[in-house]
Amino acid sequence: MKYVDEFRAPEKATAVLQEIKQLSQEIDRHLKIMEVCGGHTHAIFKYGIEELLPEQIELIHGPGCPVCIMPKGRLDDAIAIAQNPQVIFTTFGDTMRVPGSHTNLLQAKAQGADIRIVYSPLDSLQIAKENPTQEVVFFGLGFETTAPSTALTILQAAAENITNFSMFCNHVLVIPALRALLDQDDLMLNGFIGPGHVSMVIGTDPYEFISQQYDQPIVISGFAPLDILQSIWMLLKQIKENRCQVENQYSRLVAKTGNPIALKAMNQVFDVCETFAWRGLGEIPASGLKIRTEYAQFDAELKFSFPGFRVADHKACKCGEILKGMLKPWECKVFGTACTPETPIGACMVSSEGACAAYYKYGRLSKAEKSKFGNKG
Amino acid sequence: MCLGIPGQIIAISNLAHKLAIVDIGGVRRQINIACIVDEEHPTEACIDDWVLVHVGFAMSRIDQQAAAETLQLLEELVLSELS
Repeated sequence: MKYVDEFRAPEKATAVLQEIKQLSQEIDRHLKIMEVCGGHTHAIFKYGIEELLPEQIELIHGPGCPVCIMPKGRLDDAIAIAQNPQVIFTTFGDTMRVPGSHTNLLQAKAQGADIRIVYSPLDSLQIAKENPTQEVVFFGLGFETTAPSTALTILQAAAENITNFSMFCNHVLVIPALRALLDQDDLMLNGFIGPGHVSMVIGTDPYEFISQQYDQPIVISGFAPLDILQSIWMLLKQIKENRCQVENQYSRLVAKTGNPIALKAMNQVFDVCETFAWRGLGEIPASGLKIRTEYAQFDAELKFSFPGFRVADHKACKCGEILKGMLKPWECKVFGTACTPETPIGACMVSSEGACAAYYKYGRLSKAEKSKFGNKG
Repeated sequence: MCLGIPGQIIAISNLAHKLAIVDIGGVRRQINIACIVDEEHPTEACIDDWVLVHVGFAMSRIDQQAAAETLQLLEELVLSELS
């Protein structure tokens, strides 16, 4: 497949790895690099990239999985809306198993709620057109990559005057989350692998504060194994040369100023919320999106009643520490025992892009780590 | 979640709504191309464009020259390892 296969070529990967090994020897200290995006976490595990890297490079799997960070209370609200007999609730497949306080969308569907998995918000709009006597709600979530598509769907619903379509909006923003992470005193990082597809929308300019205010290098990266390896190599070069810059490995898709049409649609439909409570990270100011009052008729929060409670994360869950790289998944008491992908307790076990689920699925633990896990009792 | 797949636009299916048919490794589907269309590059000019598809929307055009340059850089690494 064009633009996929050529970025997986083994001989090129071997050459980049050789460069990475050489640079690591020259730098000669332990390095912690955070990949922000869940798509990168998934690719790193799928292709075994962590195992190929020299031991001194530690990858920290950041908070960039919008499914994982969805707080329990919002899930309870989504389930309550879905259980309304007038409602056809539509969602991306990844949200079905995310645990609320008592149940999840999959169980609610099994109990009779009309919940349908869609590939695109436009499919949800189509369902609304085909079912004019019912209310169709779309579970809008995701980072800046996804927000333009839901914005354009609402704009289309407005243009076609489709009155039985609305959205339960839970979009979140990458930049405020990164700032909140960088403000934590206990976070010791040496650089970031930046999210490729978020950056395709927002551009590379919004990351400048990371290099200028926090003295950290960041490389915006694609998702193929060669993209990720090349980005790590570019980060090591910055570290060796004592540079802290925003570099763009994914230039085939990411422009400096992003996609102006997508940004315009997003800004037209959405406004920034005062705060959003991230599962595992807590409240982060101005980190979520809400539907503007001009499009209030498409806001499911104004159309339907739901509990709207905040629910605390599970006490045993160490997701917050794992997202900040202070603990590894297997150091959490419930990892792989009470908390599994089938019955997740914490955020990081929910989606295949979460750090715990990725460790659980691909089992990429080194010998020492495996023995620790094995001795956990 | 932010998954995107490269595909090639093979036809415009609805000019007014900016909808097109994209071919992704042999699988065809209708997508919205509003985010990659402007006055300089109107809807009808998008046929044969390579784009990144995310949840039924083309979110960016793939810059073929930039892709070639990235691969060229990697190729040079392979050559320098061999020499």
